Amino acid sequence: MNRIVQDRPTLRSDAPPQAAPPQVKVSIRGLGKTFARKGDSLEVLRDIDLSVAPGEFLCLLGPSGCGKSTLLNILAGFDTQTAGTVEIDGQPVTGPDPRRVFVFQEYGIFPWASVWDNVALGLRRKSSDELHRLVAHYIELVGLKGFERAYPSELSGGMRQRVAVARALAVKPDIIYMDEPLGALDSLTRLQLRAELLRIWQEERPTVLFVTHDVDEALQLGERIVVMTPRPGRIAEIVTVPLKHPRDFGAPEYGQFKNRLFELLGVRHAI
Amino acid sequence: MSNWPFVVTGLALATIFVTRFLKGPLPRVLLPAATATIFICAWQVSCELLRQAIRMPDGTVRIIEVFPTPWQTALGMEQPITDGTLLRFAVASIYRVAIGFGLAALIGIPVGLWAGWSLRGAQAINPLIQALRPISPIAWIPLAVLWFGVKDEAAIFLIALSSFFPIVTGAMTAVRTIPLVYVRSAENFRLEGFELFRRVVLPACLPQIISSLRIALGIAWLVIVAAEMIAVDSGLGYLIMDARNANNYERVVGSMITIGLIGVGLDWAVRRLERFDEVRWGFSKT
Repeated sequence: MNRIVQDRPTLRSDAPPQAAPPQVKVSIRGLGKTFARKGDSLEVLRDIDLSVAPGEFLCLLGPSGCGKSTLLNILAGFDTQTAGTVEIDGQPVTGPDPRRVFVFQEYGIFPWASVWDNVALGLRRKSSDELHRLVAHYIELVGLKGFERAYPSELSGGMRQRVAVARALAVKPDIIYMDEPLGALDSLTRLQLRAELLRIWQEERPTVLFVTHDVDEALQLGERIVVMTPRPGRIAEIVTVPLKHPRDFGAPEYGQFKNRLFELLGVRHAI
Repeated sequence: MSNWPFVVTGLALATIFVTRFLKGPLPRVLLPAATATIFICAWQVSCELLRQAIRMPDGTVRIIEVFPTPWQTALGMEQPITDGTLLRFAVASIYRVAIGFGLAALIGIPVGLWAGWSLRGAQAINPLIQALRPISPIAWIPLAVLWFGVKDEAAIFLIALSSFFPIVTGAMTAVRTIPLVYVRSAENFRLEGFELFRRVVLPACLPQIISSLRIALGIAWLVIVAAEMIAVDSGLGYLIMDARNANNYERVVGSMITIGLIGVGLDWAVRRLERFDEVRWGFSKT
């Protein structure tokens, strides 16, 4: 299914010069992904159209196997789509880029390197003063001061993910891709790290694309939530969450959004 | 039959039982010591059981000993220990293993890393390596002697050969099994060339390389004895052959024990490598 995407006239070219151009960081048009298997093929993504604004916190929510991780991998340049286009800042994605950092679900940091060396990974080109300052700053920002010389095996799961977040932030990325970064943690640690992610995001304002299958996680973090259908993954609906932070689990509006998301996912949450 | 082995075995068993109630590092010493003691007692008892009295045709009775007792073994080793032969031969064996094993590591690790990284590299050399690998190093002894003579070089060649294959295979597998997230992290931060090698590929492979070194050293120590029996005229393997030719079985057994003890020491030395911060993650359970 090779679909040619027509170059539609963009808003930008039509708009009068004095109007501010619409801000689009990531633009996904007609994206599809089909994995070829021997004598068979598996379609995991179909007709994804999505625009992400700069500095937005966007959650991709969907059941396991809906292709949300595959979508993130394509955006990050680790994988390629079989249909459609992905543009970041107007440029097609050709491969991984140090300005767009990926935080993996588990073990993305290097177990053979200390916390300090892990965070310094993306700063190799910096002067040593600058490197020192940045590494120390981001280690402190994620609350790991005092653990600079520790190795990942000596840290808890939550602390390891803090290292991964610090490593990503240290390069001052435009975009951070997070593929269920809290998925391996216990529920209390998750809650705590969500709050910290939010605080850091509000301070640094990178664009965040956050994949999760947890409705509460998406609702607490996302400005918009892209709800995806099971395989082949399509966008069921994009839910804008106008709730102010801190978002309270118990508030009635929160409950309404939650019901809506469960409904879109086709799951009964009251059991 | 002497009674002491039974008494001592009883004491050793009691010690094993007592370690149940001991805390701290003591059981780690007591347990293996007790096992070794029981082993020696069993050795003594089996020597006495196997001792056969044979009535010769002329009516005299001869005691045939098929195996030296622990004490006889210790006495048999007295001479090689005091005149320095044992030390000299042990050093000769360790020296050959060190050189041969070092050469194998020096060549095997880079070749394995390269073959693991490049698909074409693996396709090119892997079948050859896998075909040479099952050939016992012992089978190479005739060629080694033909090429190098009855000299150190022959033994070193055999050691290098026998350690090379586990090391190369270990390094190659290590690269092939680097988890995808590490490779992607490296790609994401645009690590390339030597930096990619130094910061990701090598450290990710080190634990497995150390494991393969440990296996290779074990094999090398097995092979050196066989090689020295035929290919040279010094070393612990030669000591065994020489003692056998002199019908001195006390010394044969004593040399065997020496080989075992040095083997334990070598393995312990390699395992120290597992403790470095950079590789500890690959050996601990979590």
